[in-house]
Amino acid sequence: MNAMVKPELICPAGTPAALRSAVDAGADAVYCGYQNATNARNFVGLNFTPEEMEKSIRYAHDGGTKVLITLNTFPPAGKVELWKEMVDLSARLGADACIVADIAVAAYIRDTYPDLRIHLSVQAAASSPEAIEYYVREFGVKRVVLPRIMTVSEIRGLLKEIPCEVETFIFGNHGLMVEGRCSLTNYVTGQSTNMDGACSPAACVKYERADDGSMSTILGDYMIDRFGPEETAGYPTICKGRYKCDARDGGYYAFEEPISLNASTMLPDLINAGVHAFKIEGRQRSRAYVKKVVAAFREAVDSIMAGQEPRLADLVALTEGQKQTEGALKTKKWR
Amino acid sequence: MTSEPQSSRLGGGPGGFPFAPPLPLFLLNPILKRIVHRIAVQNPDMFDRLGPHRHAYFLIDPVDIPFMLYLRPDPEALDFRAVGRRNPPPHAARISGKFLDLLTLMDTEQDGDALFFSRDLIVTGDTEAVVCLRNALDDVDDPIAESVADMFGPPGRAALNALRRAAENAQKRKGAK
Repeated sequence: MNAMVKPELICPAGTPAALRSAVDAGADAVYCGYQNATNARNFVGLNFTPEEMEKSIRYAHDGGTKVLITLNTFPPAGKVELWKEMVDLSARLGADACIVADIAVAAYIRDTYPDLRIHLSVQAAASSPEAIEYYVREFGVKRVVLPRIMTVSEIRGLLKEIPCEVETFIFGNHGLMVEGRCSLTNYVTGQSTNMDGACSPAACVKYERADDGSMSTILGDYMIDRFGPEETAGYPTICKGRYKCDARDGGYYAFEEPISLNASTMLPDLINAGVHAFKIEGRQRSRAYVKKVVAAFREAVDSIMAGQEPRLADLVALTEGQKQTEGALKTKKWR
Repeated sequence: MTSEPQSSRLGGGPGGFPFAPPLPLFLLNPILKRIVHRIAVQNPDMFDRLGPHRHAYFLIDPVDIPFMLYLRPDPEALDFRAVGRRNPPPHAARISGKFLDLLTLMDTEQDGDALFFSRDLIVTGDTEAVVCLRNALDDVDDPIAESVADMFGPPGRAALNALRRAAENAQKRKGAK
């Protein structure tokens, strides 16, 4: 077994107020991004201006919290300048690490700012020892954020083979597409999750209500789900849509269901496996979400490290579709 | 623009207004105007998050009170007033929910997505405008509900505390179901 280390709690922030909430609630590190295509959560009204980032980094550092900046999209061929500018800015502002997916961005940090930590984004979809070793060897990656497709047992085995830290998702979106490769939203909206940073941009989303209280979710020109009057709803993404298909009667969640990952019961196993950092998803969520989820996991991790039974707050009200799963961490047969 | 039927889930409708206002709307509107101007002065940066949607009109529909709120969050031409339910004015987007849920959103105690998942919050019209408004309001330093309560001194703060308790009890009842 790996030596037991206290994992860092890595928390989301879509706004400066959310960042302050995360710091105050006990985050070890906050991850956040700029208001442009370098950021895989490039949603309207969200994210940080350079001035806001500067103040936020100061606030976080004063509270003993690190700031990890997400530059985790893929520049279109020959158009890497914006990503380089954001790396320069992040280094100047004192970021503790940049989370990157693209090798050109990683190479620029390696060559220009050798002391700036590189974390490999989940968008790089690296889960094999060979892939991870490549990023460590070639770019000096210090930490890899693992895709949400691995069991705890697989993570434990991986940790024995790779020369870097590992970060796993423990709460939030249960996205199981091959991350960084999913083009479903491009197909319907014309915008790219991976290069524009916008999956199901709000401008392409409409909700329509019928007289019976049911609600349809429309993305672009397509209806991707219809919820009955008493049914809980999910995000307007194609991977969480419900479709008619020959193999099933009625609507069928052909890709994934509207459900959130909640690995709170798996925390002791993940800590024993030697995971270095736990990530909470949700930069698009409110600061109320950040406050509640960070506080709950702060308490749970601290309890476990103190040798106590973890106290696990009920977070189901914050989950997508008000449903939660331990996902692949527990079993590959999560559905 | 869309027309929105009343949600059976959210209640409202005849006889469903436990928070009936004691004042006619023409008396309420100067107070709302004062509130929105104060919030704008205290939080000038919030408008940046609205982008072009600062010119949009939002209809905020607390389904369990007998009027709705009409908001244009444009710092150059702020507008916030109560409107009747019979003929809603033109709007880019409508946000409907129970009064206490909308209050706890403004108090940064509730997550808007969670209310949407549970179908306690209904959004119709321009989704992008609503998302921008949500993000702008979520990034203000002091919760808006608190700033409004402070404007009315100790009675305002006492009223907010009473409403917070009512919201907490409503949450507990919902959780127990």
